[in-house]
Amino acid sequence: MIQGAQPIQKIIAAQKRNEAIFRVVAIAAVAISLATLGALLFDAFSDGLRRLDWQFLTSFPSRKPERAGILAAIAGSFYVVSLTSAISIPLGIGAAVYLEEYAKNNRFNRMIEVNITNLAGVPSIIYGILGLELFVRMMKLDRSLMAGALTLSLLALPTVIISAREAIRTVPSSIRQAAYAVGATRWQTTRDHVLPLAFPGIMTGIILAISRAIGETAPLIMIGALTYVAFLPTGLDSPFTVMPIQIFNWVSRPQKGFFECAAAGIVVLLILTLMLNGLAIILRNYYQRKFSVRSL
Amino acid sequence: MSQNLNAGDVCLKVEKFNAWYDQFHALKDINMDIRKNKVTAMIGPSGCGKSTLIRCFNRMNDFIPTFRQTGKILFEGNDLSDRFIDPVEVRIKVGMVFQKQNPFPKSIADNVTYGPKIMGVRQKSRLDAIVEESLRNAALWDEVKDKLKSSALSLSGGQQQRLCIARALAMQPDVLLLDEPCSALDPIATSKIEELIIQLKEKYTILIVTHNMQQAARVSDHTAYLYLGELIEYDETTKIFTAPAQKATEDYITGRMG
Repeated sequence: MIQGAQPIQKIIAAQKRNEAIFRVVAIAAVAISLATLGALLFDAFSDGLRRLDWQFLTSFPSRKPERAGILAAIAGSFYVVSLTSAISIPLGIGAAVYLEEYAKNNRFNRMIEVNITNLAGVPSIIYGILGLELFVRMMKLDRSLMAGALTLSLLALPTVIISAREAIRTVPSSIRQAAYAVGATRWQTTRDHVLPLAFPGIMTGIILAISRAIGETAPLIMIGALTYVAFLPTGLDSPFTVMPIQIFNWVSRPQKGFFECAAAGIVVLLILTLMLNGLAIILRNYYQRKFSVRSL
Repeated sequence: MSQNLNAGDVCLKVEKFNAWYDQFHALKDINMDIRKNKVTAMIGPSGCGKSTLIRCFNRMNDFIPTFRQTGKILFEGNDLSDRFIDPVEVRIKVGMVFQKQNPFPKSIADNVTYGPKIMGVRQKSRLDAIVEESLRNAALWDEVKDKLKSSALSLSGGQQQRLCIARALAMQPDVLLLDEPCSALDPIATSKIEELIIQLKEKYTILIVTHNMQQAARVSDHTAYLYLGELIEYDETTKIFTAPAQKATEDYITGRMG
């Protein structure tokens, strides 16, 4: 025994008490989060499920709540998210590959790194203002799908870049050396070994970024996405609306009927987001198994 | 420093070679001729520069931003260390096996064929032949011939290291660099790799870095002792281990120093 130590039984009893307290606090934290989520889901579903039917999914917005539908917003969200992915994923992965595999560690590149990290924390409304000035006015894209997708791409890019860089960094350097040692170039090494191994981690970042983009309202309102769109987008220059904007519009109407439409819209948005995430997670897990390096 | 090595063709000629990491002078004025179809061992305490030197033969130090070098390493009349020579070309001719086995997380066959594939070999029958030949040369064929499509990571450590040797051999290099190839292996796997090295010198010029004196004595024809970036002694292995010319070499190999 160490001189001056407390009796063992006493110490163990105190530790057990502390552990019990900690356990209760931790369970409470989980319970509060789950209860909040549960209340939200219950609220949305109890109001929304009644309104959610085939007519709601296949109709355009209307002045009469019972005839209103979310079709234009679903189509708009689908186009915007597809375009945003098509723009931000290649750009983001490209930037991450450059920063991790090619860039020299100099002051300029360090400055780029710090700025990208900061960009991830910029409020989304700021991206809306930038999109309004840059895409809508200067590039004269107007309130088009393209302007919306470009604005959301700006928002998604920092998250994609940061997570892709982290994923690339976890690829063991021994794998790179192995490829170089058999005469692979830097690009061959990146394409054949680094990117496939980093893929699951890159997917995680893409899931996060795109899920955020699908639920974003503020920047799109800022660039003037419409709230009343009675047609499907016809091209990249077409005006559009997205689900969160449609929901926002319905919530702000006084009629009770529109309130139900909003709840139904939330249910649709939640289900689509979860489906998108689910698909991405399945893909990620598949590649995680395929390229597992854990035993290395 | 004596260099009275048996006559034989010189494969690699190191001339007045110096290397630095930032301000640290890692290799000091190295001159040595590495003989063709011999095994040359490099020994010396940690930090003596032997790994730095071996990595100069296939330009792996190019990836270290603070690395600088002067002098020449001549191979077939060309200076390998010349910055106008493409390191990819060097690495195709000079293969390397690393301290820790590092197979690609792909199938056994894909590990072997990766190099030939990026060199443009497409024909399936040719690739299959390369897989068999390389694995046979690496003394691994009999153990894996029935599971060429399974993951390289399912092999044991020693098998993985032999797969890495097969991967290097598939490129049909002239020189094979082995940087402490057995340091992560058990004695049985080690002895298999040592037998392999002795067989391989018929076709290849081999350089091996090792911390294991017995290993250097068992597998090598010539041994170089490096200390603090200097080549202290370079001679036939039997001479180094029985009658070294330098007191420092004797102290190191008998374990009184380092």
